[in-house]
Amino acid sequence: MGTVAAHGLRKSFGDVQALDGVDLDVPDGSFFVVLGPSGAGKTTTLRAIAGLEKLDGGSVHLDGRDATNDTPAARDLAMVFQSYALYPRRTAYDNIASPLRARKASSSDIAAAVQQVSALLHIERLLQRRPAQMSGGEMQRVALARALVRRPRAFLMDEPLTNLDLKLRVEMRTELTRIHRTLGGTFLYVTNDQVEALSMADHIAVLRDGRVQQVGTPTEVYERPANQWVAGFVGSPRISLLACRAEGDRLVGAEGWSLPRPRWTTAEDGRPLLLGLRAEDVSVEKRGETALAGELYGLEPLGDRTVVDVKVGSETVKVKARPTVTGTPGQRVSVTVDLDRAHIFDAGTGLALSTTGR
Amino acid sequence: MAGIDVTSLHKKYPDGTVAVEHVDLSIGDGELFVMLGPSGCGKTTTLRAMAGLERQTSGDIRIGRTLVNDLPPAERDIAMVFQFYALYPHLRTRDNLAFPLRAEGKPEKEVRERVAEVARMMQLERLLDRRPHRLSGGEQQRVALARALVRRPQAFLMDEPLTNLDAELRADVRTEIKHLQAELGTTMVYVTHDQVEAMSLGHRIAILNKGRVEQVGTPLEVYDRPASLFCAAFIGSPPMNLIEVQVAEGALHGPGGLVLTPPDGLPRDRSLVAGVRPEALEVTAPGADRTVPARVVSAEALGDEIIYVVDHGGGTDVRVRMPPTVRFAADEQVGLRHAGGTPPVYDTSTEELVA
Repeated sequence: MGTVAAHGLRKSFGDVQALDGVDLDVPDGSFFVVLGPSGAGKTTTLRAIAGLEKLDGGSVHLDGRDATNDTPAARDLAMVFQSYALYPRRTAYDNIASPLRARKASSSDIAAAVQQVSALLHIERLLQRRPAQMSGGEMQRVALARALVRRPRAFLMDEPLTNLDLKLRVEMRTELTRIHRTLGGTFLYVTNDQVEALSMADHIAVLRDGRVQQVGTPTEVYERPANQWVAGFVGSPRISLLACRAEGDRLVGAEGWSLPRPRWTTAEDGRPLLLGLRAEDVSVEKRGETALAGELYGLEPLGDRTVVDVKVGSETVKVKARPTVTGTPGQRVSVTVDLDRAHIFDAGTGLALSTTGR
Repeated sequence: MAGIDVTSLHKKYPDGTVAVEHVDLSIGDGELFVMLGPSGCGKTTTLRAMAGLERQTSGDIRIGRTLVNDLPPAERDIAMVFQFYALYPHLRTRDNLAFPLRAEGKPEKEVRERVAEVARMMQLERLLDRRPHRLSGGEQQRVALARALVRRPQAFLMDEPLTNLDAELRADVRTEIKHLQAELGTTMVYVTHDQVEAMSLGHRIAILNKGRVEQVGTPLEVYDRPASLFCAAFIGSPPMNLIEVQVAEGALHGPGGLVLTPPDGLPRDRSLVAGVRPEALEVTAPGADRTVPARVVSAEALGDEIIYVVDHGGGTDVRVRMPPTVRFAADEQVGLRHAGGTPPVYDTSTEELVA
């Protein structure tokens, strides 16, 4: 068992409200990611769950039992940080063995556990090295191994891949999901990187200003963002948001465009709205009835695709196109819109309207 | 405006470290030229030598037709933007922008006009009366860029100007820089370690490694045909799959029975690897046409695409980029096939492109 639940977590530092009623339900065995920008309260949430932060309010339940007042050790959680925090003078073997030695495990049990976790992380050949003789990626693996060598109730990870270079990060993403599947434990993982969240999580909680904005699977969060802010934070290139309002059977843009009103919008006429368009749901290469007239602003080749920036009046629409697409700034372009895949948000509250029709 | 020519630029420090090793670059007039590489590759040293902030051990730098080796930075007519903002903390935005013009002794009327113009272009009008501590990081960086632009120099030299911005803002400012450069037509040399930034900004990219230029090319050239294994690993995320291949019967044979179309002019009797982009592979239902049997190791749904990590019995797992509509689960048995064109092929001993 390894369920972790947080209810109504509140914490302020001076006049900054770091946590403003955070609720999380982390199912047993899940890879649960808390995603948010810096300052959202992610690390504070994790530290509160670990018992490293005293709360102003709220409770932490572990395996259904109130653990709010338990010491960190009694909670039986393992933490992995973005800095590796290895003992510099000890070998990888001794670093990994240290949590077991602290628990007075027998040396044969320790040897077996270290051997097993080293095989899982492919670090058998590093065991006799000290941190100074390892690369950053190797140290991160050893730090992970040290957390994984125990069988705690859950693993808490605070941006463990942040200090790795891009290539290693990509590899470690895959490694972590593999390790999670192999071990079958509960992972609670904090990051500001939406690619990490989407690629590894089975559940994502999106956090902003100490409040949970949305909880869902990666697909739900990407395809049915609960509000305008989540839509903008998750997905790259960022979703384009165009000011508009409904008028009869039309959607009329603040920049003068007009599109058929999607059947599933319930917003009453005249209410200020935002039309949200993901770069892959618009096209400058396809022709279609429902299109926005604009001017090419710039091209950003990314290799496997090129992002085309189109100015529609003063607003920008980002469009995913084939890598070989060409054009010159200033040129007139028509952006075909797949309205069945569009998002509509209330411009005042930012909340998504009528996602059920999608 | 002017192009920049760097000929056999060499920089050796007193302790013997060679930071830049006989680098040749020819940057066109009006070009947005990116120098890309990991830390320590020599890109910043090269840029600083262009700016005159670093004296090279040997080699020549020409801006326009002028040999500038012996000119101090101020006489090179270039503007430099650093990764830190370097604004004057006690000056309002307006005066920070005016500073370089006043230093050149321009009449106050012209100063006002040019500040107003650059403020409009960079959308800084409502920030003109604020001091730096009342600006966000992104706003400070826009002011720093505007201050470089206001001088209309022959060339802009930029050293990772976006590094301190958060991801969202970075993408926005990137778009603005590219647009501005196109509008002004001023030569720009831009240094970064971020391959996405390099790809999306550059007309051409120079990839540097250990003080040497590994490749110069357009974004699509360096993406489609990396000149070396280093470039192959550095450009693209996830990076190119490097698959050991044998040449037989007019095809490239990878492990697990994977077959690739060979490029022309392959050398014989060498140990080769093919570079296969994740989007040039396809995951299918098991047993589909031209596939080899494989197993999904993991599936990473990134919203607009899914990256599959696939084991096809080749020793090294490969990464495959698929549209989000194609769904396979971890541990599922699938087929794997090569779907696109001829891959670049590398010699494993020289690590260079051979065909």
